[in-house]
Amino acid sequence: MSVTIPSFTLSSIGPWLTLTVGAIFLLLLDALSPKGRKAYFPQLSLVALGIAALQTYCLWGRSGTDFARMIYLDNFSFFFYFIFILGTALTVMLSRQYLEDWGKNLGEYYALVLFATAGMMLMASSAHFIMIFLGLEVMSIAVYVLAGLFREDFKSNEAALKYLILGAFSSAFLLFGMAMLYGAAGGTLYLPDLAARLTDKAFVSTPLALLAVALLIVGFGFKVASFPFHMWTPDVYEGAPTSVTAFMAVGVKAAAFAAFARVFFLVFPSLKVDWVMVLWVLAVATMTIGNVTAIAQTNIKRMLAYSSIAHAGYLMVGLVAANQLGAVSLLYYLLAYTLMNLGAFGVVILVGRKKDAYLNIYDYSGLGAQHPVLAATMALFMFALAGIPPTAGFVGKFYLFSAAVQAGFIWLAILGVMNSLVSVYYYLRITVLMYMKPAEADLGPVAFSPATTAVLVATAVGVLWAGVFPGFLYNLAVNSVKIFPGM
Amino acid sequence: MQILFMILAAIALSSGVLVVFQRHPLRSALYLILNFFAVAGMYLLAHAEFIAAVQIIVYAGAIMVLFLFVIMLLNLRQPEEEAKPPHILQKISGITLAVFVALLLIYGFTQAKLPAPGKEAAAGLGNTEAIARALFTDYLLPFEVTSVLLLVAIVGAVVLAKQKLK
Amino acid sequence: MNITVLVILTAIKITLILVVFLTAIAYTVLMERKVLGFIQLRYGPNRVGPWGLLQPLADLLKLLFKEDFTPPGVNKVLFVLAPIITAVTAFLPFAAIPFAQQILPDHIYLYGQKVDLSVAALNQGVIADVNVGLLYIFAVASLSVYGAVLGGWASNNKYSLLGGIRLSAQMISYELALGLSVIGVIMMAGTLSLVKIVDAQKDVWFIFYQPLGFLIFLIASFAECARTPFDLIECENELVAGFQTEYSSMKWALFMLGEYCHIIVASALAVTLFFGGWHGPYLPPIAWFVIKTFIFVFFFIWVRGTFPRFRFDQLMRLGWKVLLPLGLANILVTAAVILFFHKG
Repeated sequence: MSVTIPSFTLSSIGPWLTLTVGAIFLLLLDALSPKGRKAYFPQLSLVALGIAALQTYCLWGRSGTDFARMIYLDNFSFFFYFIFILGTALTVMLSRQYLEDWGKNLGEYYALVLFATAGMMLMASSAHFIMIFLGLEVMSIAVYVLAGLFREDFKSNEAALKYLILGAFSSAFLLFGMAMLYGAAGGTLYLPDLAARLTDKAFVSTPLALLAVALLIVGFGFKVASFPFHMWTPDVYEGAPTSVTAFMAVGVKAAAFAAFARVFFLVFPSLKVDWVMVLWVLAVATMTIGNVTAIAQTNIKRMLAYSSIAHAGYLMVGLVAANQLGAVSLLYYLLAYTLMNLGAFGVVILVGRKKDAYLNIYDYSGLGAQHPVLAATMALFMFALAGIPPTAGFVGKFYLFSAAVQAGFIWLAILGVMNSLVSVYYYLRITVLMYMKPAEADLGPVAFSPATTAVLVATAVGVLWAGVFPGFLYNLAVNSVKIFPGM
Repeated sequence: MQILFMILAAIALSSGVLVVFQRHPLRSALYLILNFFAVAGMYLLAHAEFIAAVQIIVYAGAIMVLFLFVIMLLNLRQPEEEAKPPHILQKISGITLAVFVALLLIYGFTQAKLPAPGKEAAAGLGNTEAIARALFTDYLLPFEVTSVLLLVAIVGAVVLAKQKLK
Repeated sequence: MNITVLVILTAIKITLILVVFLTAIAYTVLMERKVLGFIQLRYGPNRVGPWGLLQPLADLLKLLFKEDFTPPGVNKVLFVLAPIITAVTAFLPFAAIPFAQQILPDHIYLYGQKVDLSVAALNQGVIADVNVGLLYIFAVASLSVYGAVLGGWASNNKYSLLGGIRLSAQMISYELALGLSVIGVIMMAGTLSLVKIVDAQKDVWFIFYQPLGFLIFLIASFAECARTPFDLIECENELVAGFQTEYSSMKWALFMLGEYCHIIVASALAVTLFFGGWHGPYLPPIAWFVIKTFIFVFFFIWVRGTFPRFRFDQLMRLGWKVLLPLGLANILVTAAVILFFHKG
C-alpha cells in the first residue's frame, strides 16, 4: 500500500510556521539556558513576529488554497495575519516590564503567546471546519493558561478556571454546529463545498442547517463575548494578568470575528434571511448590556471588559449588514480596536505599577497634573474608544453604521449611535478624573520602560493616523473582502 | 444490528442522563465510563473498529482513570455544599428549550442527507489503513496542527502545575 | 454450515479454551509457590497429592468455603463489582492471542473415512482474529485498572484507597511506555492483527529486530501486572495488602485470579509479539506456544523471588523519564530504518 502525500508549498503557511517554530525555539532556549541567566525572550518573540510579518507581506495578493484545500490563501487571511501580528507584537512589548514586576518573566509566557497567535492565523485562513476548530483550540488553550499565569493570585486562578470551563463548553457548541452542518449538507466540511451546496435549494433551509447556524453563533458568540455569552468576560478580564487581558481583548476577538465572518459571509449567504435577524438582536443587546454595565464599574479592567463587550456589539453590526462596506468596516474596526485598546491597556499597566496596585478608576484622579503625557495618551485612547473624531474609533464606527444604513438597517444604526453616546459617559469620566479631580495622594513616579513607551507612541500615532487618513487601510480592506460573494 | 444499536443507544442515553443527575462525582464518572462503552459499541456496529478501540483505550482506559484518580485523591465523599435548587422558572424554561431542541433535532435528522460511504470504505481497505491514509493525505495539515495543539496543552499544564518555575 | 451450529461450536471452543486457561492459572499459582520455595531453599507446598500437585484444588475449596465477609461502611455495589471487573478484564485479552495456526488438521481419517474438519473461522488457533487485535488487547487491559481502583475506593479503608490511587497513577504511566514499545513491531509487521504479526515472524523473530522495544515491553508489562518490583499497590509493609485489604473468600480469589491471568496474558503477548508466537521446529505449534509462555511465567516468578521493590517516585521516574523517551527513540530509529532500507 502506498500513500501519495499531496503536494503543498510550505511558504503558504510561512507565517504560521515561523511563529510555531519560534515558540518551540523559545521553549528549548528556556529549558537549556542556565538558571538565572537572562534570555532574550521578548526580543526573540519580536524577531519571530517580524519575520512572520515579512512573510505575510510577501504572500499578499496570492489566492487559492493549499494543503489539500485545508487553508485559504487570500488577502482576507493576510489582513487578519497583520492584525494578529500587530496585536501580539504590542502585547509582547507591554509584557516585559509588567511580568518582571510580578517575577514572572518566563519563556513559556512568550511561547504561549506565539502559539496562540499561530492558532489565530489558522482560524483566519481555514478552508475546512476542522481547521477552524483546531485553530480555535490552539489559541484558546494557550490563552486559558496565560489567564492563570499568576498562580498565587486568587483572581488569576478564578479567571483561568472560568474561562477554561466555559470555553470548553462553547467549543462543544461549535463542534455540534459543525456536526449538524455535516449532516445538513450531505457530508462535507470544506467551506467552498459547503458554500456551493447550501445554495442548492434542497439544502437551504433544512432544519439541520438552521440548527447548525444557531450553534455556530453560540460558539463564535462566546469567543467574541457577545450577549448572552458574555458573562465570563468581566471576571476573566479582571483576573487575568493585564498584558494577557489586552491580548485577549484584541487577538482572540479578532480571530473569532475572522472565522465568524468567513463562515457566515462565505458559507451561509443563502441562509441570510434567517441569521441576520438573530445577529441584529444580539448586536443591539450586546452593545447595550456592555455600555450600560460599564457605567457602574469602578475597576478599570472591568470597565474595559464591558467596553470590549460593547465593541463586540458594534462589530456585529458589520456582520448584520453583510455587504461590502460591512465587511470592510469589520476589518478596519478590528485593526483600529487593536491599536486603541492595546494603547489603553498600556496606560493601565503603567498606572497600575508594581503588581497592579492601582486599578481603581479613582486612582486616575490628578494624573493630568502629575503625569501630563501619560494622561494625554490615555485621554486620546478614551476618545478613540468612545468614537470621537479625529481618531480611528470614529472612522470605524462611521463605516459600521453607514454599512448598516446601506443595508437598510436604519434602526440598528440609530441604536448603535445611541449606544456610542452612552459609552461616551464612562470613557470621558476617566478623562474628567484625570484632569479635573485633584490627586488624593502623590502618585509617585511611573516607570516608563522603553518598550512600553514605544507601544504608547506607536498606538497613539496609529490611532490618529488611521483616523485622519483612513484611505490606505480602507483600500486594503476592500481588497481583502473581495473573496466573499457579492462584495 | 438494529436491535443491538437500539440497546446501545438506550444505554448511552440513560447513562448520559445519569452522569448529570448523580450527586456523587465518582458515580457520575462511572456512568460516564459506561457511556463511553456504549458509544464504542456503536462504532463497532459502524465497522469502525479502530475508533472503537481507541475510544476505549483513551477515554475509558486513560482519561477516566485520571478523573477517578483526582476524585479519589481529593476524596470527594460528599459535595461540600448543597447546590441551590433551581428556580421554577429556570426549570420550566430549561425543559421547554430541551424539548424544543429535541424536536428540532428529530425533525432535522429525518430531513438529513447523509453522505454515501467514503471512497476508502468502497475500496475495501481496513479502517485502520483508511484512517491512516486520510490522515496523511487530505488531513495532513490538521494532523500536524494537532501535534502543536498537544504541545501547547503540555506546556500549559507544566506552566500551571509545576512546583517551581524558573 | 448452519449458523446455529457455528455459534454452538464457537461456544464450545471458547469454553474449552477457558477451562484450559483457568487450569493454567491454578498451576501458575502452584508453580510460583514451588519456584519461590526453591529460590528460598524451602520445599514449597508438598502435602496435597504427589509433589503438591493437588494443592490448587485444595486452595480453591478452602476459598470457596471461607466466610464471604463484607465489612460495614463499604460501598456494596462497587465492593462486589470490583473483583468481577478485575477477573473479566483479565480473561478478555486472551481472545485475540493466537496459540496455533489451527487447532486440528484440515481432515482426519476416521475408520478409513476422510472427515473434513476445515471450518475456517472455527479451526483457527485463536478465538477471534480481530483486525485491530493488538488495540483490542490494549483496550481491555487498560480497563483492568478499574477493578483495583474501585475496590480500593469502595472498601472505605485508607490503605485500600492508597493502593487504588497508586495503581491508577502507575497504570497510566506505564501504559504509555507499553504502547510505544510495541509500535516498532506494528511498523515491521504492518498490521494490528496478532495472527498476521505471528505470520510475519515465520523466519526471524522480532526480538532480533526490536531488542530495545522488547526490553521496554518487558519492564512495562511487569508494571502493568503490578508485579514485583512494581507491586506498590499491595506493598504489605506499608499498606497491609493495598486495595485488597478488606477482601476475603471468593472475592479475594477473583483478584488473585486476575493477577495470575495478567501474568499469563503478558507472557503470551510477549511471545506473540517478539518470540514468533507458535512458530518452532519439530514440536506441534501449541506446544511451542505453551513452552515459550511458561518460560516467561517462570521469569515473572524468578524476578519476584530476587528483586527488591521500587519506591514510588523511582517508579514514576523510570516510567516517564527513561522508558517513555527510550520508546520514542525506538520508534524513530525503527521508522528511519524501514524508510531507508526497506523502501517498498
